Parts: sequence; C-alpha cells; structure tokens
Amino acid sequence: MSDDLDDLKAAMTIATPAPDAARRAENLALARQNFDTLQGSAKPLRPTSVIGQNALWTGVKTMLNTLTSKGALGATTALVACGFLFLTPTGQDLLRKPVPTVGTSEVDPSKELQRTLAQAPESFTTPELQVEEPEVIFSDEIIAPLSTQIEQLAAPKEAPRAQSEVIFGRTATLGYDNEATLQAAPQRQVAELSNAMPSGASLDSIVAAPPIADDFANMQNSDTEAYANAAANPVKVVSEEPVSTFSIDVDTASYSLIRSSLQNGQLPPPDAVRVEEMINYFPYDYAGPEAGEAPFRPTVTVMGTPWNAGTKLVHIGLQGRMPAVADRPALNLVFLIDTSGSMADANKLPLLKQSFRLMLDNLRPEDQVAIVEYAGSAGQVLAPTAASDRTTILQAIQGLGAGGSTNGQGGLEQAYAVAASMAEEDEVSRVILATDGDFNVGIDSPDALKAFISDKRDSGTYLSVLGFGRGNLDDATMQALAQNGNGIASFIDTLSEAQKVLVDQLTGALFPIAGDVKVQVEFNPAAVAEYRLIGYETRALRREDFNNDAVDAGDLGAGHSVTAIYEVTPVGSDAVLNDPLRYQAAEVSGNAAELGFLKLRYKEPGEGVSKLLEVPISEGSVANAEAQFAAAIAGFGQLLRGSDYLGDWGYDQVIDMATANRGEDAFGYRSEAVQLMRLAQSLSGH
Amino acid sequence: MMRMTTPDEDLATAAASGDGAAFALLLDRHYDRLFAFCFRLTGVRAEAEDLTQDICASLPAKLQSYQRRAKVTTWLYRVAVNAAHDRRRRRATYVKASTGWGDWEVSRTETAQEEAAKMDWLTTAMQRLNDDLRDTLALVLDDMTHAQAAEILGVSEGTISWRISEAKKRLKDFKEKEDVA
Repeated sequence: MSDDLDDLKAAMTIATPAPDAARRAENLALARQNFDTLQGSAKPLRPTSVIGQNALWTGVKTMLNTLTSKGALGATTALVACGFLFLTPTGQDLLRKPVPTVGTSEVDPSKELQRTLAQAPESFTTPELQVEEPEVIFSDEIIAPLSTQIEQLAAPKEAPRAQSEVIFGRTATLGYDNEATLQAAPQRQVAELSNAMPSGASLDSIVAAPPIADDFANMQNSDTEAYANAAANPVKVVSEEPVSTFSIDVDTASYSLIRSSLQNGQLPPPDAVRVEEMINYFPYDYAGPEAGEAPFRPTVTVMGTPWNAGTKLVHIGLQGRMPAVADRPALNLVFLIDTSGSMADANKLPLLKQSFRLMLDNLRPEDQVAIVEYAGSAGQVLAPTAASDRTTILQAIQGLGAGGSTNGQGGLEQAYAVAASMAEEDEVSRVILATDGDFNVGIDSPDALKAFISDKRDSGTYLSVLGFGRGNLDDATMQALAQNGNGIASFIDTLSEAQKVLVDQLTGALFPIAGDVKVQVEFNPAAVAEYRLIGYETRALRREDFNNDAVDAGDLGAGHSVTAIYEVTPVGSDAVLNDPLRYQAAEVSGNAAELGFLKLRYKEPGEGVSKLLEVPISEGSVANAEAQFAAAIAGFGQLLRGSDYLGDWGYDQVIDMATANRGEDAFGYRSEAVQLMRLAQSLSGH
Repeated sequence: MMRMTTPDEDLATAAASGDGAAFALLLDRHYDRLFAFCFRLTGVRAEAEDLTQDICASLPAKLQSYQRRAKVTTWLYRVAVNAAHDRRRRRATYVKASTGWGDWEVSRTETAQEEAAKMDWLTTAMQRLNDDLRDTLALVLDDMTHAQAAEILGVSEGTISWRISEAKKRLKDFKEKEDVA
C-alpha cells in the first residue's frame, strides 16, 4: 500500500468514532432477539401471539426446529413430506400468504396443512427409513427460512407490526413510515413510466408502493406488490364524446395474479384486476385474415348484454395471422435473470429453470440463446450459444443460483449489448427479463429506464417481462417496462403457465406481426346514446394520437388474438343513464343502421408508417361461443373489480355463461377460469 | 469460554444452523469493526449507527444464506456494503418521490453541504466521492486487499485499483481547491 493511502488510513482511524456503548448493547440485543425470533425459540412478546387457534403452526415450527438440529436430522419421512409440501409450488402457495382473517376465511391454511399432515406417513419416530445424505443437507438449508415463513403465519395479523415496533425500534420506523409517506408519491413515477397513460386520465387510483429490494424489509412486510391500474372507464354520452381511442393490450399478467390470489384463498385486490388482460389471457378462435390481407382481421359482433337487458355489447375481436412456423426468422433470445436472494423460493428461480427447459425443446438449431444475470457479481453467464448445443445451455441454466443482494451494474445494458452482438439480418432479437420484482437493473431513474428501453425498441430489440413469485412483485413497473419495450408482461405462477407463455404461444410472444396497433371507435349518435369501454383503462389514448405514428401502442404477436368489448346503450332504451340536456339541441338525425365505425391503425413490423383498416359496426351478426366466453370473462373481471354496472347479475350467472361457452378448450384454460369463478364466489360470500 | 478461539467460519456455520450463542459471540467479535466500517461508508456518525442497526437486525436472516466458502469478514463486509446501498437507494427514492426529478440532485447536494460544514475534512471529502469510489476506499482503508475488495463489491481487481487511484486523485483535487479557497 502506498504512503499516501497510509496517511489517509491513519487520518481515517483518528476520525472514526468509537461505537456508542449503549447503542452497541442495544444492537447486539436486537440482533440476538431477531436471531431467536427467526429460530422460533424466542419467548413471545405476547403470549397470545403463537398459541390459541394457530397453535398448530407453532407445533410444526417447533418440530422443524427440533429436527433441524444436526443429530435429530437422522431420518423422518414426515420431514420429507413436509419438505415436499414446502418445495412444490403448491406447497409454497399454501404457505406464502398469511390469510388476514384466519377465523372467517373459507380456506384456512392451518386446516389445509393439518389435512396435508394427516395424509403424511405417521412415522415421526420410525428410524428404519434412512433419508439419503444429500436430502438431509438440502432440508437443513431449506428449513430455517421456512420456519420464518411459518413464524409469520403463526402470528395473528397485528402481531408482526406490534412486534416490530418493539423489537426493531428505529428500523421499524424506516420500514413503515417511509412507505406510508411514499404511497402517494410514486404516482408520478408510474405516470412518467407509462406512456400508455394519457395526460387526461385520472391518476387517483394508481396504487404503487415503492419497490423495496431490501430482504429485511420484505421479511417484515412481505406484501409490497404494486399494481398499475386506473379507475374503471365511466359511461360516456355519445353526443358529447362520440370517439373512443385505445391501444391494444396483449399482456396477461393480471389474470395470473388473480388466479394466484384466488388459489391462495383470497380475493385479489380490485386494483390488480385489469379486465382486458383477463379477456386476452384466453386464446380465441376468431376468423383469421386471408392471404394478401392485413396481418390481422377484425371481427365485430353485437350481442345482448348478459347483465343488462337494456344495453348491448359490441365485441371486437382481432385475429392475428399465423405465419407458417417453418418460415419464422431465427430468434436471438437474451435472458436477463434476477438471481437476487429472494429468487431462491421454489416458485421463482427453480420454476424459471424448469420453464426454460420446456422452452428450449421448442427452439430451432439456428436460434441463439444467451443468459445475463443481474445479481451479485456475475454478468453474462452464457455467451450466445446455438440452441442445438443443449448441454451447454442446460448447464448454464442449472448453474444459476440465487444469492447475494442485487448489484445490477448495467444488467440491462449488458443484455441489450449481447442482443445487439447476436443480431443479424432478418432475425428477431428479444431480451426476456425474469424477476420477482427487483428492477434494479442498472438504470435508476424511471425516466432514463423508459428512454433506454424505448430507444432499444426502436433499434429493433424487443423486451418481454416475466414475473415470478408473489409478495414483492412490482406489477406497475413490469407493465411500464413491457409496454415501452413492445413486449408482453406475464406472470408465471405455475409450470402450466410457463408452458402457455413460453411454449404454446412461443411463436406469438416472440414474433410481432403488427406493431403499434390502435383502435378507434366512433359511435353513431343516431343509434347509440351511451357507451362504456370495458377494461383498457391503462391503455387509453387521446383521440388525436390515433393518427400520430409517433405515439406508441401495443404489438400483436403471430397468431394472437385481441378482444375489446364495449357496452352500448341504444337510443331510446330504458337503460340510458344520462338525461338529455335542456339547452342543447337533442335533435340527432342520420342513418341509425350503423352503431358506429371501427378504425384500426397498425404498422408492419419494422415500418414507421401506419396503415388503416376500417369496419362499420352493425347489428345482425350472431355471437358465437368465443364472443360469449369473452363477455363472461368481462363480467367476471367487473365482479372482481366491484363494478357498479352489473346490477343483480352475479357469480351464478357468470359461471353458467362461462361453462356454457367453454368451446373446445384444448388446454383447459377456460375450465380453469370456471373453477376460479367458483372460488371467487365462495370467497366473496355470494 | 472455550469458544473464544473458535474460528469465525465455524461460529457462522453453527449460527446458521440455529446456535444462538455462536451467533452472539460472532457478532460481538465483529461489532466494533463493523461500526467503524459503517462510519467509513457513511461518514456520519448517526448514519453509521443506523446502518449498523439495520445490519444487526437483518443479520440473522442473512446469515442463513452464509456459505462456508466465504470468509466471515468478507461476507460481513458484503452485507454491510449492500445494506448501505439499500439505505442510499431508499433515501434516494424517498427524496426523488417527494421533490421530483429536477430538484432531487439539488436537494441532495444541499443536504450534503450542510452536513459537510459540521465535519472534518476527510470525512467530508469522502462524502463527496461517489458511492462506488467511497465504498472501495472504505474497504481498502479497512485493510482489505484489492482482491478481497473486488470479491466483496463484485467487480474485478483492476476496477478496484482504478477506483482507488481515481479516489486519491479526487481527494487531492478537493484538497487543492480548498487550499486555493
């Protein structure tokens, strides 16, 4: 070490104060207390917090702790059974979310566990079954964090907060107060991030808590999810505002989030519900375009509204062309993977690895894959490798490990740089970001991030975002990133969801066939008095943006379909909500044969100038099962959002309607939706 | 008492598998050094106290991911650097959110200047270094080799050397400007 550094060091040593003795003792005690809490051996601050109706959890926790000590780890099949329960995604789900109202909830996790445990072999003390050595080590590593989860579950809802006030002192203030202060503030960030948000839209209902990457904060407050949403679209009067404009939305994350909530025994937060994403989660069999036509074909159907006899639904379905798969260009995929410590849960990194393998089987030899991770020290984990070299790729995937805090130095830049190095003429490059909500990807300011991604999008590299795990998921940022990157935000909660997103829809998700698809409907005041667009709140565009090619909008993937539904009230219907005005001429003349006029703008991939498609909206078409099912999902979404427009129409009706219109349902998506509706019905108590 | 000579790594492993006494001993052993390091990272006593508290509070959870292949000191420094990073980020988010983008840097600089007036030259100067340089300098001043600092910060050894020379250069600049003024 050089002399001047030695000087510095000496100066620094003098400048460094001795630690305050009192604080030292406090901090040591605090650490010890947290340690004990984590181990489960602490004397509870309130004797009531771990006994009583949750005593079972304490029992399990104590059992696990007892078994954790080296000697006792000998062999118990019950432990392995528990381990299985914790390690499977379903098991994780079971434990993940404390149900706030344990006593009244329909699905009581403690009962679930009790049932599961009852089914486990009764061999706590049977020594003859020797567990193999590696499994013991595995259990050893996995159990300690699990007992934390159980600890959280064991305490009644108020207990952790109360405890944290006592135990964590100043830290607690940091965690909670900052967050409370911040509740309102990030609206601005979200607004700036999301260019799909028109300046006129109400921002009031955007709920966005700041992403807190700190493990400790997560441990204390495990639910820091932020949702992007806006107030439900209101009813508009045609004579005042005849034109409705929005961008298509091909994301599906909202549906998966809702499914995950319902399967955990909780109704999703209303703000997590984006109706259009629920509708667009399902594949629909609309008529596709003929050869030589536009890359997608609009189908307009007018049908009766299930929940209101006085109104009609205008169902607009866009079906994208499915190019011959053999003709698809070579793919360059750069996976940007969050390997921060929080990704270690079974439903995050392990699920990602499994998903990745599924996808790999569907790539072609000429496709290339590269992997960049953005936690800890590593950067590029896998240099661009031909998809045919499965061994190398699989080894790289297997080697991904969650550990360390996020460093993220330039993770995103690196991923894009790798993508750029792979790009060749006529190939499609895409960065696929997989994360559980830590978006510390190396660019801190949301504005800079947005600018960066938009810029890269214009240079031809697309971005998709895959969300994993619950609790910390930053849905708002995911949305904003995917929208700015012309990609899809998907939430992967199960292997079958991974199958859907990465395998079944591989082609569509990865090959855009039409860019910046915008929809504009002009209603005919002679035929329609009022209208309401169901969903697409976060996708609204200004009327003039429709013809402005500089304004970004959603992309349509190969073979994908997009659905939008309006509820319209015909002139003269009893269901008209707004009275006519006294001082303005109510005289509307004109032909009432058309309800309105549908205009679509899109760009061919790689083109800068948009093309226009126009279709009149008129009655007379028959609503098939596809449109009916979409309408049922629209109803389901509105029920979950607590919409005012449904009247007495409820879960019984939506379940009947969805069940009757399941159609072929080759992959069981629609049957699953019916199951979710039934769950929601039970949970909502209707 | 018999454990006074037990190596750190054994204590950490024992603590990670639930030995409370080992954990207490380990933390006691390293607390003063940790606090001193936190002070170097933050340059402000109050901040250092808070940062140390953050680390102490979260250490039990973090310890569960401790793996024996890392030295405890190296691991602990990494935890500290990350905790400092998180604190800065939280603060930055808070300030950004409350004042808006344009004002953020201004307000940050002003706060820094106010605080700076109260402190001696060295800590002030270190505060004026950017986070990367300061973290690196704090480590190296704490007797970490460049290789160890590289491991802790997750960058290459060359980067550490570059940062140190850059930090020295800037400190010298500050000094010269100050002497002129």
